[in-house]
Formats: sequence, structure tokens, C-alpha cells
Amino acid sequence: MSFQKLKSVAFATAVFGAVAAFPAHAGKTLDAIKARGQVICGVHTGLAGFSAADSNGKWAGIDVDMCRAVAASTLGDAEKVKYVPLTAQARFTALQSGEIDMLSRNTTFTLTRDASLGLSQTAVVYYDGQGFMVPVKSKIKSAKQLKGQTVCVQSGTTTEKNLTDFSKANNLNIKPVVFEKLDAVEGAYFSGRCLSYTTDASGLASVRNKSAKNPADHLILPELISKEPLGPLVRRGDDEWAAIVKWTIFGLLEAEENGITQANVDDLKANSKDPVVGRILGSTEDTGKLLGLDKEWMANAIKATGNYGEIFERNVGPKSSLQLPRGLNNLWSKGGIQYAPPIR
Amino acid sequence: MTPPPASAKTTRWSWRSQAFRALAYQVLAVGFIGILVWYLAHNTATNMRQRGIQSGFDFLLGTAGFDIGESLFAFDSGESYLQAYLVGVTNTLRVALLGIFLTTVLGTLLGIGRFSRNALVRGLCRVYVEIFRNIPVLLQLLMWYLLCTELLPDMANAWELGPLFLSKGGLNFPIPVWAPGHAMAAWGLLLGLPLAWLWRSHAKNRFNATGVPRSMVWAPLAVVLACGLIAWLLGGAPSETNRPFRGEFAIENGGALTPEFLALLIGLTLYTAAFVAEVVRGGIQSVPQGQAEAASALGLSQSHSMRLVQLPQALRVIIPPLTNQYLNLTKNSSLAVAIGYPDVVSIANTAINQTGRAVECIALIMVVYLTTSLLTALLMNWYNARSAIQER
Repeated sequence: MSFQKLKSVAFATAVFGAVAAFPAHAGKTLDAIKARGQVICGVHTGLAGFSAADSNGKWAGIDVDMCRAVAASTLGDAEKVKYVPLTAQARFTALQSGEIDMLSRNTTFTLTRDASLGLSQTAVVYYDGQGFMVPVKSKIKSAKQLKGQTVCVQSGTTTEKNLTDFSKANNLNIKPVVFEKLDAVEGAYFSGRCLSYTTDASGLASVRNKSAKNPADHLILPELISKEPLGPLVRRGDDEWAAIVKWTIFGLLEAEENGITQANVDDLKANSKDPVVGRILGSTEDTGKLLGLDKEWMANAIKATGNYGEIFERNVGPKSSLQLPRGLNNLWSKGGIQYAPPIR
Repeated sequence: MTPPPASAKTTRWSWRSQAFRALAYQVLAVGFIGILVWYLAHNTATNMRQRGIQSGFDFLLGTAGFDIGESLFAFDSGESYLQAYLVGVTNTLRVALLGIFLTTVLGTLLGIGRFSRNALVRGLCRVYVEIFRNIPVLLQLLMWYLLCTELLPDMANAWELGPLFLSKGGLNFPIPVWAPGHAMAAWGLLLGLPLAWLWRSHAKNRFNATGVPRSMVWAPLAVVLACGLIAWLLGGAPSETNRPFRGEFAIENGGALTPEFLALLIGLTLYTAAFVAEVVRGGIQSVPQGQAEAASALGLSQSHSMRLVQLPQALRVIIPPLTNQYLNLTKNSSLAVAIGYPDVVSIANTAINQTGRAVECIALIMVVYLTTSLLTALLMNWYNARSAIQER
């Protein structure tokens, strides 16, 4: 081979490399889901009430129900979900890289995440706030008594920064002990390494219920030190898909507001004269078409998971093991702040 | 027509020439690697741009906004990410340097112990090595951390060992309150160094001239310490200490070593020492038996024979694999994230989540470990060259 030939080979390799560097743009998320027959949903590795797998490997929780509702509205079958359990750190990368279609993993909506990660926030599923848990025997009654104390916290969360802000604003000089895995944080707190454990109040209730030897030995302090609106995220750049996730959640809220439940959805679809109900269930107007879905998209979702109120009661409400009050997450008409735009 | 260039030249640049082929293959290989790296970097950048993911290292100058549990120097959440990274790096170096020192001492003792005439000592050293090098280091770290946090008493009921407190909050100890006298003492120690060196060369000369052995280690050390002591006394002998005491919930004041740091240091040291022991044993075994016999024929005691004859020769075999163990220890310190010690990886993890700059933060971690590893290797290579056989 001559030097010339060598040069042309090198050039060809370079050109090939340059061309291969621009991969074709992936098809729309919805098309991919329909072709695959499955929604791939990123969830928590195990947070009771939000997303946790039982001994049979069946997933349950509020976040899981969002995945199921979206699968029902897009594919007509709530079982067609593949769950990908993710740590706090891996979650955004998994969504950015296209490994999952939606991230439904008690994730807080913030400006940084919305503006700089290439992700879009959809609708708030759970309004939460960051709290502190302490052993009852420490006799601490307020988070402001934590001056100079150690607090266990998980890395890769908004929690770390909130803790610092709270510590600074109140001049508390709190010492954080940061762990990567939830199990490690829990272990450190329950063994007494830290005086307190901080995360979202719902998470504290979940951990206390699941991991404490005697849940009554631990007190969740009254102060909530931050706003934590939790909900699913999708990749930026596919607005149609973002709309589907968003409106499925709005639909579940609208269903509760209009008295549509898992039990009466079929009956209302056939007999209801209410035009609002008719629009939601697709018996009079076809709202699904605008989203690129079936006429019965919302009816399928409600049949699979029940309305928002039912989802809340079943997973975290006063009758569940977590016993969280409905509080902020009640409908706007009942004293809460859950307010969905109308389906029309 | 001009004649073709000299035939010698054309054959030189032909494919048949071995020199040309070697060069061409090398150019090809380097070019291929270059294209691969460029392709990966370009592809990543393009994909990130397409998906609207922001990138760049400008975030390093932004406010970090999170606290760090322990650091060698004061860190405030209002400082920059760069500062936070520095805290992480110093935390990593602190555990690595201390670990390397302790590992060397313990590993050397264990390695020599395997040649002991005492069967119990020999057996114990062997059992130690076999146990500690065959359990994964992550498990050992978790074990030490669990021991620290489960077995020790609560912070409110800390064990009191003289001025020390030991509890789940770690080890609290008194620290001297800073006074000008301490600076004097430090200067005294510094001044003592050249004096000690003078003493040592004097002792050496005397030994070479008369053959009477003089203290080469203890006396110079005493000189240094004496200088420090005198300076400290001249500085007003400040002795005020900041002693820890029982607070309402925890031990307050004084210096503290957290259980995370202790578990990491103990775990890494014990694990790596087992490997170092094997390296030392191998090194000593590589010295021919005749050397030890010759030493004892000259009337040297066993410890003298080991210290003056066998170990210096063994060093040549020991140093290169020892360097590997130092590098391993430094790199293994990144397992600290599992037990909550804020090393550079842990800080980077937090930074990734706060800023979303995953690629940049991971690159920074790699740079940190690459730099420390290369520096360690460089230092050890220099030491290796020094202790190698001087061929004349």
C-alpha cells in the first residue's frame, strides 16, 4: 500500500467517524411505546406507599399507579409496564439517555432540574415538604433544637441543600452525614449514629413504618422546612408525550372531582348525562384523539387505578399503613391545593 | 526528463522497509485512537446539546450550597463547588496518606513476623494475612462501620477513657488551644533538624574511624525533640487545651474523628496490610539464605541481620509491588461513599445531583485519582531508583 492509499483510508475512517457521530433522531416516544407494547417507567428501589415491590415482585404505590394509569391510557392495559428501579443518582441519567420513558420516582420539581437537565416536569402528584425524624427518647420537640447535631441524609436529593439552608438560616451548624443508599441512611439513623434523619415527610413516615422496630419510638417533628412538589418527569423535546403524561394525571384528578370511581366508571360511561363526565370518559366527545390516544383513554386509566383520591387512600391515606393525612393533597374544592385544568 | 530519484531512497519509503512499516502502523494506531476519542467526545457533546442538557465547567465557580460533615479546613455552604471539591480531595488524601503510613508499618511487621522463630507469632501472622486479604474490602469497611455504630454506646452515654470520649459520634479528644508558644515550638523543631543532621554525620564519621557504633536514630531524634521543647518553654509553655465534655445530646468541643473516618482508615489499613505483608515476605525470601548465614557468621544478632543485611536487599524487590498496594489503597478509599465519609467521590455525587453536570463531575474524579496515582508512582519510582543496586 502506498502512502497515498494509506492517507485515503485514514480520511475515509475520519469521515465515517464524523457521520456516525450524528445518530438519527429517535422516533416519538409514543410510537416507540406502541411498537414495543410497553411503557418503561423509572421508579424508586423501594419506598413503601410510593413505589415498592411486594414479595411476589408486584409493584405498588402512588408513583407506580401513575405508571399504570399512563400505560392504561396509551396501551389500554395497565399491566404493560416495565419497572426500572433507580437510585436517586441514576434517575436523571436513565431518563436523559432514553433508558426509560418516564420517571415516576418521588422527584421534586425545581428550577435547576427543569431548566438544565433536558427534562420536563409534568404534573404534581404529591405535595410534600421536608421534615425531621428523631427518637422520642431524645426529648427533642422542634427542629430548631438540633443545634450542632448530626443529621443523616441521602445524597443525590434536594434534601441535602434544604438542610444546609435551614441550618444556615437558623444558625444551627448542623453536621450532615451523607450516604448514597437509602438502606445505609436508615441503618445509620436507627443505630444511633445520627440524632435525626431528614427527608420528605412522606418518606419519613414510610421509613418509620417499614424499618423502625417500634414506630412509636420515633417522632416526626412538626416543622416542614421546604416545598417538595413531587411528580413524574419526561425527556424534553417530545411535547406530545409530556402532554399525555400530564393529562393522564389531570384526568385522575378530574375524575375524583366529578365522582368517577373505579367501581362506577363503566356505568357512568354508558348512562351518564353529564357532559363533563362524557368528555372525560369519551362517551360523547373524543378527547383522546387530540392526544393521539384512544377515545377511551381516561376510562381505561380510571378502570385500572381508580381516581386520584382512590389512589391516595389505597397507598398512603389514613387507612393504609402509612396513615398520611390528605392535607395539601386534597382537592381544591375540599381545602387542598390539587387543582387540575379542565378536560375539554 | 529527469531521472527518477535515487533507488535507495524509494526502497527506504517502500512498504517492504521494516522501519517504514513500523512507523506506519504506529501512525495508524495513534490515529485510530485519536479518532475514537474524538468520536466519543463529539457524540456525547452533540447528544447533550440536542437534548438541551447544559454542560461546561463554569459551575465550579458557583455557590455550592451544601454543607460537608467533616473537613480539614473550615468550609461554608456559601463557598464554591471548587472549594467543596478541595475539601473532598483533602479528605481523600488525609485517609490515603495516613492509611499508607499505617499500612507500611503494620504490613512490614507482619511480613517479618512470618520469619519469626516463635511458631505462635508465625502462625498468627499467617492467619491474619489469609483472613484479611480474602474478604472483599467493601465488606470489611461495612463491618467496621457497623461495629462503630452498633456496638459503641450512644453519644449521650459515651465511654470516658481519660480525656478521650468514644461513642457512636466517634472519638473525641482534647486539642491544644492555639497560642504563639506553639509556633515557637514548631520553629524549634525545624531548627533541631540541621542540628540532628550534624550530630548524625559526626556519629557516622566516628563509627567509620573507630568502629564503635553510635546511636544514629534515637540521639538525633532526641536533639530535634529537645529543641522543640526548649522553644516551647521559651514561648511561655502554653498548655491550655480544648477538652471535650458531655453536652446535652452529644460530646461537645475538642477535636473529633468521626466513625466514618475511623472505619475507613481501619478497614483500608488492615486490608492492604495483608497484601503488604505478602510483598515484604516475598522480598525477604528473595534474598539468598547465604546472606543471613554470612551475617550471623559475622556475629550480627538476628534483628541486626534483618535490619542491616536482609531488608536493604529485599527493598529492591519490595518497592515496585509496594507501589501497587499504595495505589490500590488510595483508589479503594473511593468506597467511602458506602459508609458516608465525605471523600471526593461523595462530594462529586452531591455536585452531580445539584448541578446535573454528570460528565464533568465524573471527569473531575478521574483527574483527581489519576493525578494522585501518578504522583505516588513517580515518588516511588524515584525511591526505587535510589535503592536499586548501584552498578559501577
